[in-house]
Amino acid sequence: MSSLYDEVAPAPAEGVPTRRITVTVNGEPRTIDVEPRLLLAHMLRQGLKLTGTHSGCDTSNCGACTILFEGRPIKSCTMLAVQADGHSIETVEGLATSSELHPIQEGFKQEHGLQCGFCTPGMMMASKALLEKNPNPTEDEVRWALSGNLCRCTGYQNIVKSVLWAAEKMRAESN
Amino acid sequence: MYPSRFGYESPKTVEEAIAILDASGGEAKILAGGQSLVPMLKLRFAAPEMLVDINNIDGLRYINVEADGTVRIGALTRHEDLEYSDVLPTASPVLAAAAHLVADPIVRTRGTFVGSVCHADPQGDWAAAMTALGGHIVAQGPNGKRTIEVKDFVVGPFQNALAYNEIAIEAVIPAPKGKSTGSYLKLERRVGDFATASVAVSLDMVGDVVARAGSALAGVGGRTIDATDAVASLVGQKLTEENIKTAAEAVAAAAEPRSDHRGTSDYKRQIVKTFVIRILTGLAESSQKAA
Ligand SMILES: Cc1cc2nc3c(=O)[nH]c(=O)nc-3n(C[C@H](O)[C@H](O)[C@H](O)COP(=O)(O)OP(=O)(O)OC[C@H]3O[C@@H](n4cnc5c(N)ncnc54)[C@H](O)[C@@H]3O)c2cc1C
Ligand code: FES
Ligand code: FES
Repeated sequence: MSSLYDEVAPAPAEGVPTRRITVTVNGEPRTIDVEPRLLLAHMLRQGLKLTGTHSGCDTSNCGACTILFEGRPIKSCTMLAVQADGHSIETVEGLATSSELHPIQEGFKQEHGLQCGFCTPGMMMASKALLEKNPNPTEDEVRWALSGNLCRCTGYQNIVKSVLWAAEKMRAESN
Repeated sequence: MYPSRFGYESPKTVEEAIAILDASGGEAKILAGGQSLVPMLKLRFAAPEMLVDINNIDGLRYINVEADGTVRIGALTRHEDLEYSDVLPTASPVLAAAAHLVADPIVRTRGTFVGSVCHADPQGDWAAAMTALGGHIVAQGPNGKRTIEVKDFVVGPFQNALAYNEIAIEAVIPAPKGKSTGSYLKLERRVGDFATASVAVSLDMVGDVVARAGSALAGVGGRTIDATDAVASLVGQKLTEENIKTAAEAVAAAAEPRSDHRGTSDYKRQIVKTFVIRILTGLAESSQKAA
């Protein structure tokens, strides 16, 4: 079990109450002590060292921190870690298996859906949520589903193509 | 940034939550979807001593349409529940039209309808829609429940009429006089931006005659603007090109826009007028088709 009290303190400041929470992260239960003010994004990055979830703004605007919470996409910088107690979350680290990329990751590779890659984990998690709800989206529906995720590099064109590529592959695989 | 320190409670019932609020003597804040409160905590615009997280209370996530057409929306109903609702397009076309225009798709999975009305942002979409619909909030406190009309609930920018020990448990849209029609139009610079100007118009129709008219605006004043008086001239009338124009001008006159990075005040007022004409003309055409 790891402990995370504040940013990176070995122990909580005196008199600061912490809570022991258990969160299922990519299928594995993780128990951790947190201060209530700790954001879920920081718990993932600093506490569990899952640095795939990015943190791109202070204003809840960019979507780089998007993860799935009980299957729906959320901005992990806009939820407290304590709120995830007893819940299941998925991060970008949960996409690939040890031997195979997820079709969404493959799509981003095939269609050059990233340049710097900063927005990519958030883009992929938002895409996963879309494709679970709607396995055969139109281009418009992809654009709409990703409209809460900002990319400063690609101009979005190739991101949309990547998701459509993944959708096609996933449909083919499920047939 | 990190929020400043606060205590955290996650009660399982409304009564328990009220007891915690009551004991806090005004130093506690309710945490619903967190999509306004958490950003404010992060920037330290808000620093409450205690957060009372209501997300673990069962039975608050619903959209109920009663036999007479009354719509009840529970405190934990998320924006996306309204967006994907099968019943709202008929029960409340204004809410159905606004749902996919609130924030961005990811914020909509968490943010709540009721929390948004409580937040009372002058640019908030739901407070405007509720005002046009003549809705009310059901608040519960230590002494039981009371009903507060939205126009009295939103008392100013970021201020609502709740006492420190009350929770808004439900939003209610009253039964329409006839058929509920209307729409919501919003001009935004990009998805997730707050409104440059938004217009809600709600008309209850009996045949092709207007039985009740309501309107409200977001983004064009220091508070949610109730423009219901401006559309009152439509009541008892059939929609015509002429009375649509008169109403649109009256609504635009009720706006209190300020010039800023989203546009000049004249521009915003023009948008309001155009949106009212667009909504009412659309309604006139569909009521003609139906007749
Ligand atoms: C990037 C971004 C873009 C956005 N764009 C828009 C937009 O375009 N239009 C728009 O309208 N909104 C927008 N929002 C705000 C969003 O809609 C919020 O979800 C909403 O304003 C607040 O609802 P919440 O459930 O998240 O409330 P919270 O953030 O949890 O709470 C907000 C306030 O209301 C109080 N409160 C909440 N629920 C209750 C209750 N049941 N009883 C009493 N008090 C309560 C809280 O104590 C707090 O003071 C945006 C937010 C973000 C992060
Ligand atoms: S880090 Fe930008 S939205 Fe979460
Ligand atoms: S690839 Fe650089 S921000 Fe999207």
